[in-house]
Amino acid sequence: MTNLTRLLAHEMADLLRRGEVTSRTLTEAHLAPAERQNHALHAWLTIDRERALDEADAADARLAAARAEGVDAAKRLHPLLGIPVALKDLVSIAGGQATAGSRILDGYRSPYDAHITERLRDVGAVVLGKTNMDEFAMGSSTEHSAYGPTSNPWALDRVPGGSSGGSSAAVAAFHVPLGIGTDTGGSIRQPAALCGVVGMKPTYGRVSRYGIVAFASSLDQIGPFARDARDAAALLHVVAGRDDRDSTSAPVPVPDELLALPASNDEAAAWLRGRRLGLPKEYFVAGMEPGVEERVREGVAALEGAGARVEEVSLPHTEYGLATYYIVAPAEASANLARYDGIRYGPRLGDGTVLENYLATRGRGFGAEVKRRIMLGTYALSAGYYDAYYLKAQKVRTLIKQDFDSLWAQGFDALVAPTSPTVAFPFGARMADPVSMYLSDACTLPVNMAGLPGISIPCGLAEGLPVGLQFIGAAWSELELLRLSRAYEAITADAEWRTLEPTDLPRADDPSTPTPTERARAASAGVSQALTSPQAGVLRS
Amino acid sequence: MTAVRQATRPKSPPSSVLERYEPVIGIEVHCQLRTASKMFCSCSTAYDGAPPNTHTCPVCLGLPGALPTINRRAVEHVLTTGLAIEATFPETTRWERKNYFYPDLPKGYQISQYAIPLAAAGRLTFETSEGAISVGITRAHLEEDTAKLIHSTTADGRRVSLIDFNRSGAPLMEIVTEPEVHSAEAARRYAEELQLMLRAIGVSDADMERGQMRVEANVSLRPRGAKEFGTRVEIKNMNSFRSVERAVGHEIERQAAALDAGEPLVQETRGWDDGRGATYRMRVKETSDDYRYFPEPDLPPLHVEAPGLEELRARLPELPSARRARYTSDLVLSAYDAGVIVSDPAMLTAFEAILAVGPQLPPKEVANLVTGDYGRAAKEIDLRTPAGLVGLSEPGELADLLRRILDGKLSRANAKEVLAEHIAKGSSVASIVDARGFRQISDVSALAATVDEVLAANPAAVADYRAGKPQAIRFLVGQVMKATRGQANAAVVQATLRERLDAADPGHA
Repeated sequence: MTNLTRLLAHEMADLLRRGEVTSRTLTEAHLAPAERQNHALHAWLTIDRERALDEADAADARLAAARAEGVDAAKRLHPLLGIPVALKDLVSIAGGQATAGSRILDGYRSPYDAHITERLRDVGAVVLGKTNMDEFAMGSSTEHSAYGPTSNPWALDRVPGGSSGGSSAAVAAFHVPLGIGTDTGGSIRQPAALCGVVGMKPTYGRVSRYGIVAFASSLDQIGPFARDARDAAALLHVVAGRDDRDSTSAPVPVPDELLALPASNDEAAAWLRGRRLGLPKEYFVAGMEPGVEERVREGVAALEGAGARVEEVSLPHTEYGLATYYIVAPAEASANLARYDGIRYGPRLGDGTVLENYLATRGRGFGAEVKRRIMLGTYALSAGYYDAYYLKAQKVRTLIKQDFDSLWAQGFDALVAPTSPTVAFPFGARMADPVSMYLSDACTLPVNMAGLPGISIPCGLAEGLPVGLQFIGAAWSELELLRLSRAYEAITADAEWRTLEPTDLPRADDPSTPTPTERARAASAGVSQALTSPQAGVLRS
Repeated sequence: MTAVRQATRPKSPPSSVLERYEPVIGIEVHCQLRTASKMFCSCSTAYDGAPPNTHTCPVCLGLPGALPTINRRAVEHVLTTGLAIEATFPETTRWERKNYFYPDLPKGYQISQYAIPLAAAGRLTFETSEGAISVGITRAHLEEDTAKLIHSTTADGRRVSLIDFNRSGAPLMEIVTEPEVHSAEAARRYAEELQLMLRAIGVSDADMERGQMRVEANVSLRPRGAKEFGTRVEIKNMNSFRSVERAVGHEIERQAAALDAGEPLVQETRGWDDGRGATYRMRVKETSDDYRYFPEPDLPPLHVEAPGLEELRARLPELPSARRARYTSDLVLSAYDAGVIVSDPAMLTAFEAILAVGPQLPPKEVANLVTGDYGRAAKEIDLRTPAGLVGLSEPGELADLLRRILDGKLSRANAKEVLAEHIAKGSSVASIVDARGFRQISDVSALAATVDEVLAANPAAVADYRAGKPQAIRFLVGQVMKATRGQANAAVVQATLRERLDAADPGHA
């Protein structure tokens, strides 16, 4: 039998429905490498074998019942029934942990399910466990996890991107065909690009945030990781839709066509003919690696070759995206993270006055990057600074949104752009300079600022490391973006890089391979001096 | 009720203080809204008396990932209040986060309204001993309540603070006046009238003792004629209307004494100690708090739509002020009676119910019954619920009682006994009258013999009357009433007596 982990989710679904494999077998097949390789990859903060197998058995029971009922009943089952899924460790599961990568949530057990957890349960998906992330999703490398970093399966001494680096690494390493991430400034798309998988950030309001540990409420969105567009579409189909418990979730219908992306490459590619795509010149930023730019431009050429019209366009306010993002997101975070006071849950440090306990709990419970952003946000909201920072940033945000709107008004179907200016970088490379880390998201965070959907799909390798191609669409155009992604997959189906598996995956099986924490510690020894340097970046002050 | 309050009315500051200084008072009221569920979650608000932390959920506990949703009824309540105070409404309002750390605030911020309150620029008019006053209301907005801290000592002597989150997230309306209140009495009267109005429109139970209505007053003094405001002191912990008046009165005196002595006042928050009858310092405000308000990203802006507002306006009941005006003009009640009836839910219910079943009854008679014998009897048996009549006496019975009096079938003296028994036992007026054999005697011929007997038996009183003491007739009326077991028509008795006494003077015959 073929290695089950190498199948795509929709292929697994076919086997399950035909009764050729059980969800238990499928789940066992994924649990084994996840557990075996977590030493070297540390994609998972927790793997819940028992729970996963229980869910697999329940899925098998549903499958058996449906099969007994007849072919039609089996067809009506959701394609995700019995399929293993990874959840970023900020998704609430009743009775389970949700650390958000932070010490301050150590020991917290959620008493309730997030909306998306309920949806996944309803369709019978099997949750394998919770994945690593930058603390409170603040970061682009997963190095800011309080529980240690995650390695990139393509190069174990490099980061998987972040903040959803655990989920992207787990999907890339075949521990699961599907994963859930959140994207506030690029936290799904950038790690997807760096790990060579598909990652989509839906339109703001598409997926309910209920039960997702909040970072920046007006920017956070939940989205899928997968190894192809069809699987990503199926996972989006499960989690998307209005939820009355999230007032910002939109009552926009979720198209069932998400489950019917073309299987045939010819049919998929045909969709491209006559499509008008914009290529925003501002996204080819200074500091972009030549290899990345080459792959992206080749991708664009392939799209043109298949009948799409690609025109260079301008999003003139792009250069203000980073600065405004680092006002708005920290401001919201400073309030969202105020609840972590050690009073109701999490470790409570200090044994003095209320103030002393707050200072001890929050001072030691939060990591440096989180504290940096809380300070940034608190400052931006302070009396006398609010107008100059927060209010101004909101105005610029409107301008950024208008940039995109004017392109949709001109009839563009989507924009095509790089996801990340670079491939996966080595541990420690950007830890000394927060601004260099923030620049990882220069091509993704304007999309969050505008509330639009964006997707990153693999478009080849540079220096042996994955490069991501980003598509950006108008609000609620997820289906079109996924059709576009599916079309790109179709026209590059025969590319040689598609046959390659992550280079360092075999080493991840070796128990003597150093852990990501050991690698990161070794790397940081080289940059510890830079950490204390006064030139560590303007945003640190 | 009013009589009791007036008997112990707190002393006003000496008039000399008020001649020199003008008190400037602004009042902030927080009241819990009458809703089934909390402001931003579906937890029940019926937590009074419930064990701690039994009315909670991820939202009102501020758990990671929880999100607020708006309680539509609470919004309607503030809009209804706005309509009642003739406020203006924004087309769109929004929510803001008010950021501060305290253990009773689970999210580390309170969802409130800052830049755009749901209702603004209203006013409330009420009577005081110095006439009607109209106070401008700056704003009425919606926010969520905090949890309750309970400070206690454990068995091993450790001092601990316990938190009960049952109240956390309950809907609160904050109503802020302009600094247009200028006396302690007006401060109390404003709060009383506001409570009356909030109850009349059904948005809050507004019980001060139960913390459903919390009154804070900002008090400053300035020399008469001055334009600038003086140093403002905020007073908290006033748990009754009486303490509002006493606390504000005390604070006016305290500030005047300090100003007279040349002592500077500081901007501070003072608590009211009801036992000591004085305010005390709680905390000094050296800097203004920075709450870092910003728009709540978890809630979309709220649109106040005209049709919805009109629907609420159509459902608005008659307001206490309008009712008082109608009672005095249409029903020709005295302002005093109108005021007493409208401010007492039990009396108001009784008054309206009796008039409803007996529309031909003179309102003044109904008012007398309700504020007099009925009110007293009801109070004696502790009939304090707004639905005062239900179960204990029926409006039809009270109307019947009044009708018997007015038709001359039942003497007022007997009526009093019938009423007391009716309220106490619930039996019908007719059956009580029958059982007790009460039947008013208005026939002069039927009374003649008794009148003559009384005149004969009381020569001293007869002599007094004839000696120019007309009040002596009252004693004689009383004697006739006694002889007829209260059944005689007192008016007929008096007329008959007078006729006899004036017409035939046996002594001078």
